[in-house]
Amino acid sequence: MMAADTGVWLYAVTAGVEKVALGDLTGVAGVPPRSVADGELTAVVGDVPLSKFGEEALHRNFEDFDWLAEVARAHDGVIAALSAAGPVVPIRLATVYTDDDGVRLVLRERAAEFTRALEHVTGRTEWGVKVFLVAKAEPDPGEQSSGKAYLMRRKAALANREDGMRRAVGQANAVHAALSELATDARTHPPQSQALAGDDAQMVLNAAYLVDDGDTQRFADAVAACDDDNDAIRLELTGPWSPYSFSSVEET
Amino acid sequence: MTSGSSVSATNGQTGLGAAGDRQPANLGDILERVLDKGLVIAGDIRVNLLDIELLTIKLRLVVASLETAREVGINWWETDPWLSGDSDRLQRENRQLQKRVAELEAAAGDRDSLEPAEASGDSEAAEEAEPATEDGR
Repeated sequence: MMAADTGVWLYAVTAGVEKVALGDLTGVAGVPPRSVADGELTAVVGDVPLSKFGEEALHRNFEDFDWLAEVARAHDGVIAALSAAGPVVPIRLATVYTDDDGVRLVLRERAAEFTRALEHVTGRTEWGVKVFLVAKAEPDPGEQSSGKAYLMRRKAALANREDGMRRAVGQANAVHAALSELATDARTHPPQSQALAGDDAQMVLNAAYLVDDGDTQRFADAVAACDDDNDAIRLELTGPWSPYSFSSVEET
Repeated sequence: MTSGSSVSATNGQTGLGAAGDRQPANLGDILERVLDKGLVIAGDIRVNLLDIELLTIKLRLVVASLETAREVGINWWETDPWLSGDSDRLQRENRQLQKRVAELEAAAGDRDSLEPAEASGDSEAAEEAEPATEDGR
């Protein structure tokens, strides 16, 4: 059925997709995903036209931010639907095969790795926690405007800011330690730029936690408590996420 | 506008009670995950995301002011070999450097009758094992 002008886009590897109506989903290129199985493992894939998703075309299209955003949302959308139904290993965007055989080969060759990763995330969910610096109000400049007063104020403001940053980082580290205790696994990612985060405040911690589904509420409560208890930072909980941050497991 | 009030103000809207519901994620979070996390496996079609300027140049412009980011020490895409598109080059350089170090150590060893470092054998093995396909495209 595979025509030469289509490629096979890989979304995720799962232990099975019996509980998911793949045909009801809309994936990349507006095409519903389907499954390719080998042994115990099932890959969820989609047929994509090489005119748009071939090597050169992808290269060109990814330069278009809106196009990239649309593909990214579609990719995540399929993976999200899958992970709502069972454990998945999300695959990085733009992993494309020429045919199903290529997918089966990967399933076979990396079966042990996929199985290990699936076991790691089974019954668990990724949650994101972003920690932002809470800027203290600058002292009121008042009426005096002499050069000396201005310099004093500048100096005080800078010291104030440095102190706030130091305290925020300290509190963020403590928060990360506390939340890691409640999680099976934790990763810290580079803080997002302010523009990417869509927030005026500076991000001081960008972490992901793999939490047992039975501990979800406890984890959420802990995030809320950390938000309350720390005056130099503000916490934002995101998720549930498919386990992107925990898709690879180091050999033990 | 005290810090206290802003903390309690944000506290109400973090949506913590909604654990279990999937909230619409912001695009930045999605891009971060699908582009930079997720398992990396080689497809048949070599979509070299490393070469995509969007990620190395446009992304900086679209999602961040480079200068601002540098000021606050956020420059992860520059040091992340994947995002900066340099992983191949870094690996190559790394091998070359390892080899060079091994050679120097071996030379020093001749003079000082020290054993050459074990790295010498490793780096040569890695060199041979690595197919020279990097520039073949």
